[in-house]
Amino acid sequence: MKTGFGLPVFPGVAIGPAVVYRKTERALPVSSGDPKVEQAKFDAARETAREQLSALYEKAKVELGEEKAAIVEVQMLMLEDLDYLDGVAAAIEGGAAAAMAALDTGEEFAQVFAAMDDEYMNARSADIRDMSRRIYDILCGNAGFQLPEGSFLLVAEDLAPSETIQLPRDRILAFVTRQGSSSSHTAILARTLNIPSLVQANISLEEAEDCEILAVDGFTGSWYMDPDQETLAVLKEKQAEAAADRAALESYRGRESVTKSGKKLLLCANIGCPEDAEAALAADAEGVGLMRSEFLYLGRDNLPTEDELFEAYKKVAETMGSRPVVIRTLDIGADKQVSYMGLDQEENPALGLRGLRICLTREDIFRPQLRAIYRASAYGNLSVMFPMVASVWELKAAKDLCARVRSELEAEGIPTREVPIGVMVETPAAAVLARELAKEAAFFSVGTNDLTQYTLAVDRQNAKLGQFYDPYHPALLALLAQIAQAANEAGIWAGICGELGADPKMTERFIAMGYTELSMAPGRILETRKIVCESEA
Amino acid sequence: MKEFKHVIADPMGMHARPAGMLVKAVASYASTVTITAPTGKADAKRLMALMRLAAKQGMELTVTVEGPDEDKAAAEIQAFLAANL
Repeated sequence: MKTGFGLPVFPGVAIGPAVVYRKTERALPVSSGDPKVEQAKFDAARETAREQLSALYEKAKVELGEEKAAIVEVQMLMLEDLDYLDGVAAAIEGGAAAAMAALDTGEEFAQVFAAMDDEYMNARSADIRDMSRRIYDILCGNAGFQLPEGSFLLVAEDLAPSETIQLPRDRILAFVTRQGSSSSHTAILARTLNIPSLVQANISLEEAEDCEILAVDGFTGSWYMDPDQETLAVLKEKQAEAAADRAALESYRGRESVTKSGKKLLLCANIGCPEDAEAALAADAEGVGLMRSEFLYLGRDNLPTEDELFEAYKKVAETMGSRPVVIRTLDIGADKQVSYMGLDQEENPALGLRGLRICLTREDIFRPQLRAIYRASAYGNLSVMFPMVASVWELKAAKDLCARVRSELEAEGIPTREVPIGVMVETPAAAVLARELAKEAAFFSVGTNDLTQYTLAVDRQNAKLGQFYDPYHPALLALLAQIAQAANEAGIWAGICGELGADPKMTERFIAMGYTELSMAPGRILETRKIVCESEA
Repeated sequence: MKEFKHVIADPMGMHARPAGMLVKAVASYASTVTITAPTGKADAKRLMALMRLAAKQGMELTVTVEGPDEDKAAAEIQAFLAANL
């Protein structure tokens, strides 16, 4: 047994096989300088690729049916193509390493197919790339990222949002990352999925790869590789206790969130994709307080269309029915980058072109999103809020565009409803200007993670700054009080949608400040309702 | 040399699957098999070349077979195309 620690980001116990996720960066093999040797390497790799594809084909045929399996078959056929093989041989003869010859020749053919005036053939360029990439990966000693059957604990150096989005979320028992912080995206995802997870764990990826069973204790922050019987028994007991605690909270399901003195709170869920709306309902959320819309833009290589966005928002609106749903418009930039938008690399992305700033400078990106939101508004109870507002004019400009979009849609005969427009308060400037902004906004929702980062000038992605990232800092508490006061004076509601929303130490305080909505990871709603209902505030 | 014509009946045209099957079938012959479509000309032993013809339903293909086993090959390829494309 081997054991160590990490920073726990969600309580609970997970026990199961470990899967190590590695980024696909590795050293390129250089050519041996002998074309014969390189050609032999390529031939051997092609044989391995053939075996892999044929195993994949059989599996796909059984699990997905003949039609889907045919996609694999096409790649098997391409692997035999004489033009491709001739191209590779010529590149190798010309001095290229086997891996680069395989990849580059594939790319040449892919481009030819991509340029054809035929949609079906255009799509085949992806098959060619996939096929040549497979040979390349084999030659680079990378077997690809293989997921086992069933559930597993995912171990990684760190996980980017675009990486986590491609994972089968229902099969992940826990995340264990060597980097990250309690407000990084892996941590947020762990809380959405209600799975015990550790960040900043002192775990070796090599050892994790070799262990049979990995256990994570999200209460203490400990991890255990191949735990002995005694440890395993203790962990299993804890797991059972945690399940019992959750069951005890069930008595709060379906109840209103009202304090003993009669103050009514709205407890909402933070969600990242349309599918999460189901989880929000299952967790008894009274609405969605924050829908992080950027996840519809990640993990792909082109902008989502207005129709795609509309379908996603409509699904959430319909799922939640009469319960309110607050969609935060695109917050790309900073730690969430997408290459296809063609944004510049920035020295200081947290202070860069992100959030509403991108939207106001790129109407080609912002307008389809707003149109989609207004079109979906007819199907439920939608509100919209803008991230990274620092000035009143930004809010006014965004509101103007909303009004234009709505009247356009009306003119096109597309039904819309009134969509309340709010501000996600996360810059110190917005907090200081809360009184002014309250005149223009229908509500405030405080993003405590970024507000903490910007107020304290502490990078929340930097693991070394953990002790300086103090969400209870008096400066922050003063701003929070000021925001709620400004909202109350203007007669609009104010809520909290950052990680602090679910912090049991803050619940009563928020109520006292005048906040009437708290939005959090779905799994935290019942326990927060218990605190609200037991509160004298 | 043998030559015959075939009009594509498959609604998807010469897509990857029949093209691949054709390549496999043709590989066993010693003869050279060339397919000419209105969009170009391709060696039937080369998959990507065949696909690049982007031959559609209703297009007429001219197939020429030349080599020691051309009689057998032409007959079998004609039957294959009738059944699969």
